[in-house]
Amino acid sequence: MSVEHLVVVGASLAGLRAVEAARKAGFDGRITLVGAEEHLPYDRPPLSKAFLEGDRLDGAPEIPLFRSGETFRHELDVHLMLGEPATVLDPERKVVCVGQREVAYDALVLATGATARDLPGTQGLDGVHTLRTVDDAVAVRAAFEGGARTVVVGAGFIGSEVAATARKRGLDVTVVETLPTPLQAAVGRTMGEICSSLHTRNATGLRCGVSVDSVEGRARVERVVLSDGSVLDADLVVVGIGAAPSTGWLAGSGLVVDDGIHCDATLWTGVEGVYAAGDVARWYNPLFGRAMRLEHWTSAAEQGARAARNALDPATARSYSTVPYFWSDWYGSRIQFVGVADADELVIVDADPDPGSRCVALYRAGDSVAGAMTINAPTEIMKYRGMIAKKASWRDALSFAESRRAVAGVS
Amino acid sequence: MKVVVDYGKCTGLGICESLAPDVFEVNDDGELELKQSSVPEGQLEDVEAAVEGCPTEALRLEPDDSSADTE
Repeated sequence: MSVEHLVVVGASLAGLRAVEAARKAGFDGRITLVGAEEHLPYDRPPLSKAFLEGDRLDGAPEIPLFRSGETFRHELDVHLMLGEPATVLDPERKVVCVGQREVAYDALVLATGATARDLPGTQGLDGVHTLRTVDDAVAVRAAFEGGARTVVVGAGFIGSEVAATARKRGLDVTVVETLPTPLQAAVGRTMGEICSSLHTRNATGLRCGVSVDSVEGRARVERVVLSDGSVLDADLVVVGIGAAPSTGWLAGSGLVVDDGIHCDATLWTGVEGVYAAGDVARWYNPLFGRAMRLEHWTSAAEQGARAARNALDPATARSYSTVPYFWSDWYGSRIQFVGVADADELVIVDADPDPGSRCVALYRAGDSVAGAMTINAPTEIMKYRGMIAKKASWRDALSFAESRRAVAGVS
Repeated sequence: MKVVVDYGKCTGLGICESLAPDVFEVNDDGELELKQSSVPEGQLEDVEAAVEGCPTEALRLEPDDSSADTE
């Protein structure tokens, strides 16, 4: 049966790209885009960076919308259903429930993303925020403007970027991290250690290897008590302890859900007409020969587009392979990572005497280069993404690194 | 077709370079350089992916005869 109605659930980057790709592929049937938030689709990376900065004179930053309502309605001819989440998927009847309404689909792309994890025991306490949505960012920004003494819980991407932005505004900020170093889950301990120097040299307090025992205050947060007994006074607590895929609404749908919606290499869920994309999708990445769930901008965009094209024409479905890529901006330094970090060996192939200023590191898995990370080496990183995509050998990667050092040395 | 960069938007993230390295390269200062502005034979699909893949929407393709500025 040909597709007459494409429904996309989730109105962030992956959902947007699904809609755009469907139109670009020539699909002229109906498209409905369902989003839990009231806002038009917006870009999330700026929320922990530019959106929180204090450089706007009118004090009212614009929401980083991807497209105008006009563009959705007229150019893309999309029916928007915003402000209410989907609550039920019934694949037998091919229906999605949104509030009291039933939306029938022929093809369905699930792009419901992930939900920021809360710190247990902090519900109802003012001044404690996660940072995932623009509403979260508005609240954090308002606290920044009030000069909040800030405690950030979690030294991953979001927490570290928030801390950097707080320092840029001259605020006192301390980052608390359970693991021994920042960003350790994403880049490993050695590189995490180097990242920690970015915090400390910028006068951000960094407390690694301790956890939060309690967050105290009457109506508002007043202090954070750590597992070693120390106490941090705080007007604002930003919680950046990861996100969980938003799959609760799929219980009983028959989809296989376990840390994400399970999909094959074409992003197909195994249920007729239903594909998944973005943070919520756990799909088989042929390039690495294993299932992955990524919370990265690049893969969300690409998966959204691929899932829609495949959903519209399953007979010609193409698999989605990628070398994961993420970036993070801290204190004017850019951290970039390609590939995977769970490797057999890490070698820093090039670095300034102070590696936090500039360095290039390679990750080995077996005989191949599996990952690369740079700090302030933007001309190096993507060469390695290309090598990882071509399954280059470890030896080739090391000799390439050697040749790059030689070039840099004579320039 | 030729590639046009909006340098007011580009932040040098480099996704374009990884998709079409014959056309794009981020330099040591983090600025994007075009190794050639015309799309090479047989690479239109890669360059289109680079344009689509840009997180800051800083890239676009234009017909060769366009007189638009590249800045």
